[in-house]
Amino acid sequence: MTERRAVLLAATTLGIAVGVFGIAFGVGVVSAGGTVLQAVVMSLLVFTGASQFSAVSVAATGGSLAAALGGALLLAARNAVYGLSMSRVITGRLLTRLAAAHLTIDESTAMALAQPDRDRQRTAFWTTGVAVLVCWNLGTLIGALVGTAVDPLTWGLDAAFPAGFVAMVAPHLRHRRGLLAGALGGAVCLALVPYTPVGVPILAASAAILFGLPGPNPSLDGEEK
Amino acid sequence: MSWTLVLALAAGAYGFKVLGFVVLGGRRIPARLVRCLALVPAALLSALVLHDTFALDRTLVVDERAAGIAVAAVAAWRRASLIVVIVLGAAVTALLRRFS
Repeated sequence: MTERRAVLLAATTLGIAVGVFGIAFGVGVVSAGGTVLQAVVMSLLVFTGASQFSAVSVAATGGSLAAALGGALLLAARNAVYGLSMSRVITGRLLTRLAAAHLTIDESTAMALAQPDRDRQRTAFWTTGVAVLVCWNLGTLIGALVGTAVDPLTWGLDAAFPAGFVAMVAPHLRHRRGLLAGALGGAVCLALVPYTPVGVPILAASAAILFGLPGPNPSLDGEEK
Repeated sequence: MSWTLVLALAAGAYGFKVLGFVVLGGRRIPARLVRCLALVPAALLSALVLHDTFALDRTLVVDERAAGIAVAAVAAWRRASLIVVIVLGAAVTALLRRFS
């Protein structure tokens, strides 16, 4: 029971943090010329933060639809990998799995994988997923409603985006391949900024994932991340 | 911001989730592909961080954001929570703007 409470506490804390990030997202959409409805629909249906921020940030700076969509979809592709490992944890009716698929994001997967057994993995996945879904959407709505009343520059909200990305990327840079991919991706992006249309530098950075190629190539059953 | 972007992204994002969870779930996929996909966050999020810190349209600049993100990066590396990292990055940037 205390274990369950610990999971609940962690999920709630995470939810609150994500809610603040959601406020920044809502403000971002509105100051990028989007509507409150667009912000809310995006957070409800897309529901994967990094992709949403990336799409809005590219669109806000005048990037094309293809550039905004391409970068955001590449970021969303990792949820397929998360889905593979979570499909071992959440089994059952198709409807249950389709609902669970929507909740498959960084936070819910990470929390689930941190638990020692299937039962607690299941609890952690659902509580974290639902907490983040609720808080992310509430935050987005609040941010979008106050958005026009707030000058993002005065509050440093333009820096809230990359700051959030820094927090999300840190765990991915703690191993050698991740660090290499991050360094190359960042270098490619900065080098291209002056020479290519907006959005292209982010897309081009994805070439750095080729660091994953070297090494053995057996077929995996989705247990690995 | 267009509705095309919002709805296409919604369809694509859910498509990826269902692909992994329901379609591929339980099947075997090549280890190389898994390793490459696992590097997507490292590559793209690093690019986004540097882009949003140093790019102003199509020029590169060093301004208050750089200091804010540097502080946020130290906090993130020392495993501060998401909320602390975001607030630090925004607050440092906003304070420097106010006093510069």
